[in-house]
Amino acid sequence: MNDRFEPKIVAFLCKWCSSAGSDLAGVSRMQYPANVVPITVMCSGGVSPLYIFSAFKRGADGVLVSGCHPGDCHYIKGNLYARRRLALVKELLEHVGLEPERFQMSWVSAAEGAKYTELIKDFVDTLRPLGPQAKLRRRV
Amino acid sequence: MKKTGVFVCHCGINIAGTVDVKKLTEELAKYPGVEFSEDYVYMCSDPGQNMIIDAIKENDLDNVVVACCSPTLHESTFRNACEAAGLNPFLCEIANVREQCSWVHRDMDEATEKAIKITRSITEKVQLNEALEPISVPVTQRALVVGGGVAGIQAALDLANSGYETILVERSPSIGGHMSQLSETFPTLDCSQCILTPKMVEVSKHPNVKLMTYSEVQEVTGFVGNFRVKILKKPTYVDPGACTLCDECTKVCPVVLPNEFDMGLTGRRAIYIPFPQAVPATFTLDDKGCPGLLPIACGKCADVCEPGAIDYDMKPEIIEEEVGAIVVATGYDLYDKEKMAEYGYGKYPDVLDGLQFERLLSASGPTGGKVLRPSDHEEPKEVVFIQCAGSRDPELHCAYCSKICCMYTAKHAMLYKHHVHDGQAYIFYIDIRSGGKDYEEFVQRTVEEDNVLYLRGKVSKIFEEGGKLKVWGVDTLTGKDIEIDADMVVLAMAMRPSAGAAEFAKKLKIGLDKDGFLAEAHPKLRPVESVTSGVFLAGAAQAPKDIPEAVAQASGAAAKAINILSRDQLFHAPMVARVNENLCTGCEMCVMVCPYDAIKLEEDVATVNEVLCEGCGTCMATCLRAAIEVKNLRTQHVYDMIGACLVEI
Repeated sequence: MNDRFEPKIVAFLCKWCSSAGSDLAGVSRMQYPANVVPITVMCSGGVSPLYIFSAFKRGADGVLVSGCHPGDCHYIKGNLYARRRLALVKELLEHVGLEPERFQMSWVSAAEGAKYTELIKDFVDTLRPLGPQAKLRRRV
Repeated sequence: MKKTGVFVCHCGINIAGTVDVKKLTEELAKYPGVEFSEDYVYMCSDPGQNMIIDAIKENDLDNVVVACCSPTLHESTFRNACEAAGLNPFLCEIANVREQCSWVHRDMDEATEKAIKITRSITEKVQLNEALEPISVPVTQRALVVGGGVAGIQAALDLANSGYETILVERSPSIGGHMSQLSETFPTLDCSQCILTPKMVEVSKHPNVKLMTYSEVQEVTGFVGNFRVKILKKPTYVDPGACTLCDECTKVCPVVLPNEFDMGLTGRRAIYIPFPQAVPATFTLDDKGCPGLLPIACGKCADVCEPGAIDYDMKPEIIEEEVGAIVVATGYDLYDKEKMAEYGYGKYPDVLDGLQFERLLSASGPTGGKVLRPSDHEEPKEVVFIQCAGSRDPELHCAYCSKICCMYTAKHAMLYKHHVHDGQAYIFYIDIRSGGKDYEEFVQRTVEEDNVLYLRGKVSKIFEEGGKLKVWGVDTLTGKDIEIDADMVVLAMAMRPSAGAAEFAKKLKIGLDKDGFLAEAHPKLRPVESVTSGVFLAGAAQAPKDIPEAVAQASGAAAKAINILSRDQLFHAPMVARVNENLCTGCEMCVMVCPYDAIKLEEDVATVNEVLCEGCGTCMATCLRAAIEVKNLRTQHVYDMIGACLVEI
């Protein structure tokens, strides 16, 4: 066993594009690190900022939100709300001193298993040198 | 605490090969609330499902988690099994430990740890789930078909023959669409009008069809089973009941406009019948050109109209209809000729598009079926046909293949040779795409029997010189430059979605693909459905296609529509938003963000129309007070899931 830091990541995936895209990565037997635990939501537009704060508070080292590409939302425009809302969340997280790299948004379509795979690999590589997230973690 | 049963599937070695399923089962057995935990080699098999059913009954389980493949595959299987055991199906959830875990990892420890987290997180979710009942919605058993081309006609006939009242809306004065303009059809050389006009008459006389020509759909509201449609009926200024088709009016009308039916090759009067077999058979006064709407200015047609059919005071009407399903068959237009400057289309009168050439070939066309040059009415002896004019050209024009041009160009060249025996036809092509029943044989016939010369290459330029059209091209098979002194050039122009299709798609909340065609719900498995439930697609509005394909898709769309109309009630997924009236302050933020207009303010409290709500949760993420939440995916569900994802094992 090597002692390298394994970041814990929570990924909020929309049901129609990104969760389906991550399913495709599976069907295609692509390989990516096991650091991410996915939570499927109906739409990226339904990802409340509180979910992201909650994940960091409970010890997530990184949080990912992924939905359909702008214009392709299963719910017409939910991802456009997500885009605006989560851009503000990102600013807020930076404002309180969290490393901006710890929160990511990306559009992954149901056909982009390869993109999802690369996304996770890159995210894990980005988070490893940062070490554990302590800024927002609830102290017990 | 509720009693949860966790069922872990090995999926042969698909899951068990990477995830330690025994450990997963044991770990979950220890998890709070889990009453029963078991693994099995194929949970979706009959013995696997029976294991779930028996466990629910024996252990009096309140809810069920199945750790297996993606919910897109077997969620319904396991929910049905739960229902068979007397459990509400919405109390069963799937933990995806195959596609999102075992298949994407190799290290067994890591994959097992992740599978445990995923399954725990779904266990947390299911423990908060409520028993839900599908929402039932009554169905208006009538249909709307938009577009009166061959696809629309077919869809309307299928619907009407199945006993459903159908409104067929066409924006031009006659139904028939582009097919009515064609001379003969490939590969059988059936006369297009001869096979189409009986269908046009049948649909117009059908007791279940309400035909509305010269009309446009203005507004669509509502949802599957219950659409409300506003249709604008434009004034024709002619009473179709009184008009006897005597044609006296056109003799006196002083206004000449381009004849759309002949693709501008001829003119028509402001009062006109689009073509002799038009349905409905009546004249229309085009108010864009007519000065007589101010009767002092002209009024000649009314003077000569013996039956007094002309009514200058006719007004536009808005007609409201209720329908349960909609078939969109808005068809195609040819690519804008202004964009094909390199081929001189629109500049030289003898450079024609495919539909113009169809009119020249047609017995009812401007030349009575003789192939003559529009410029000097001489018979062209050398004709160059250019395929992919605008198609398969991602840099300058359309990236896609318009699909039918290879076939109709072969037909054009063949028919030209049938008309002008001593003429020579050349076809410039990139590839010949003749997939279809008897299509390849047809192309071969063109080459072998009619001596049409196929040249593999593109034309770079066309210009006029000495009364001829000089065509510069290259034959990529011989590598030689080619120069042809042509008498006529026919461009197989790309097909585009018909004008206004994008605007109309917006009204229906259906999507467009990257090329502007109407988007199907799934390219393979749902090719006639749009993303909006209850709205179906037919014909070239969805993608370039030939007549048999358009007809087949129309029948498919009608069958899908009948699928809805044949039911008294529809059922809608019950995972919809719910308002906590005690917390709602009536700020209206949820009302503003709802993509479906499903939320209204009633007495200062948000109220959800459960039939319109699709459960996306955008309202939930917007509400500052957590006053609106989606059933079975409330914020507390997600918090508990997050917690389970992050607890160390």
